[in-house]
Amino acid sequence: MSRRFAWPNMDGRTGTGLLPPTMTPLLQVQDLHVTYTSSAGRVSLALAGLSFDVHRGETLGVLGESGSGKSTLAVALLRLLPENAEVQKGAVLFEGLDLLQAELRTLERIRGRRIALIFQEPSLALHPTIRIGDQIGDVLAAHESLTEGSLRQKTLQLLAEVSCADPARIADSYPHQVSGGQQQRVLIAQAIACGPSLIVADEPTASLDPTTQQEILSLFRKLRRKFNLSLILITHNPALLAGLADRLLVLYGGRAAESGPTERVLASPQHPYTRALLQSMPRQLNGITRRRQSRLPIIPGEAPNLEVLANGCRFETRCAERMELCSKREPAAESVSEGHTVACFKYGG
Amino acid sequence: MEQLLITENLEKRYENAGVLGTKREVWALQGVSFSIGPRSTLALVGESGSGKSTLAFCIACLERPTSGRIVFDGNEITALNEKQLRDMRPQIQLVFQDPARSLNPRFSALEIVCEPLLVQGRFTKQEREKRARALLAQVGIPQETALRRPYEFSGGQRQRLAIARALALEPKLLILDEALSALDCSVQAQIANLLLELQSLLGLTYLFITHDFAMAAHLADEIAVMECGRIVELSATERVLRAPEQEITRRLIAATPGLSAAKLVQEAV
Repeated sequence: MSRRFAWPNMDGRTGTGLLPPTMTPLLQVQDLHVTYTSSAGRVSLALAGLSFDVHRGETLGVLGESGSGKSTLAVALLRLLPENAEVQKGAVLFEGLDLLQAELRTLERIRGRRIALIFQEPSLALHPTIRIGDQIGDVLAAHESLTEGSLRQKTLQLLAEVSCADPARIADSYPHQVSGGQQQRVLIAQAIACGPSLIVADEPTASLDPTTQQEILSLFRKLRRKFNLSLILITHNPALLAGLADRLLVLYGGRAAESGPTERVLASPQHPYTRALLQSMPRQLNGITRRRQSRLPIIPGEAPNLEVLANGCRFETRCAERMELCSKREPAAESVSEGHTVACFKYGG
Repeated sequence: MEQLLITENLEKRYENAGVLGTKREVWALQGVSFSIGPRSTLALVGESGSGKSTLAFCIACLERPTSGRIVFDGNEITALNEKQLRDMRPQIQLVFQDPARSLNPRFSALEIVCEPLLVQGRFTKQEREKRARALLAQVGIPQETALRRPYEFSGGQRQRLAIARALALEPKLLILDEALSALDCSVQAQIANLLLELQSLLGLTYLFITHDFAMAAHLADEIAVMECGRIVELSATERVLRAPEQEITRRLIAATPGLSAAKLVQEAV
């Protein structure tokens, strides 16, 4: 699939020039800066110059913990930021059109139809007193003119598509009458309703138990193949992205710490943050690793305070391998192998 | 060695109002028997709706089981009346999944930890504050933040605060109901280490309720797997991992994210 092509660098330039000229990325995020202003007037920089591309049919895993800016990224792409947030700089090019500059009417034709967003908490994302079928029908009706009958038919088709066992029953239920896993399937049905090219999913499995989680992830796998979808999967859990994302983008403090092919980043993480994060996970299941009840290697300290505008690397204060240079200026993304870039002075920067 | 907690044939039935005045019975717990030795950790693993939290509430004396016995530290708590239960509750404390929703938003960190001591009415104001400050230090909350309110703390700090509150009355048993599930991976590791430290320092016993098999395997001496209100498998951690007997256990282990990623990292480290 997309892995045939060279990966673009994090700074938005196309990597090695191996991409065929016609294959421009579906989505190009360039130097995106987003700030929040608190009611007390304090400004925090949630995204500080983020750049990445998503190609057609490609799945990008965005890995980030609290305060990394991952949820801000999800809403910023579709200009759905809350009122106290502002895009300071940057562009979001979707098929060449800058969504941050586009007219609202143009944008409305793209939201939900070409790019769909799946929010974190399925129980909160669905209206509690409208039947599920009508909520899916509303998405269809917003973008297409269909008769009542064909609307119903299409709704049932969509529910069957996301592997709901009994589409008619689910369509006539209210959200509280179905399980969390079913609610998540309904959100996915809404997302694919208008045949989008790109789905952005923010922690789509966070509230589900592991077996349901795996079911939802396989559903994403199936749909992406079937509709040649591009996916941006945002999560704090690296394990979810293994075997699902083609590429990984590791966010820390609103910046890309590391980016590259998923297997390579997980197997040989280069940025000190990525490495420490992966090492902090319990690995007892392998049976061969750490002694049970031994202390896990941790990342000391807390997520960065984004109100403080640091000159240097955002991870510097927590980093076990920090050097003098790290607090002075921000490291640039350096390529460590093909398509694998790291923003750390250890690799030049 | 004498067990700290023993449950025998525990049953809990809920009656839900069905359609048109009918009653629908739900058996949340059926024939649950297990025991935990002092200073050890039992992990209770299962899918949502398997009865994990109902069991926790029964043990914490917050729900009365329909039938069966719970013996804690030699006392049969299922036979106690409300007043006697009140004396028993401090010894069994709970830490919930979402600290944002289980801490009073209008209280400062110090007040949150003082409250259980206040309710017990055994301490003067100075004693309460002194104890609370010591507890905050013990769980790693800096003194200068003691007067902040929950929303001013990060998720990990809030969970530390919930742990400090649970420890205020010097319990013997701590029930951790999905206490790590809502946290980031790196923060989970910090809190897991804190729990292990506190256990060896204070001689605590943990009932660790989770759906994360990897963390259960890391923390627990024994693992109990629940399905539909029953404990279907209970064994030493290594044994459950190496030779799971039940289909549900195999399924839960297979579904635990971490295996594949962990394997990859494993080779590199």
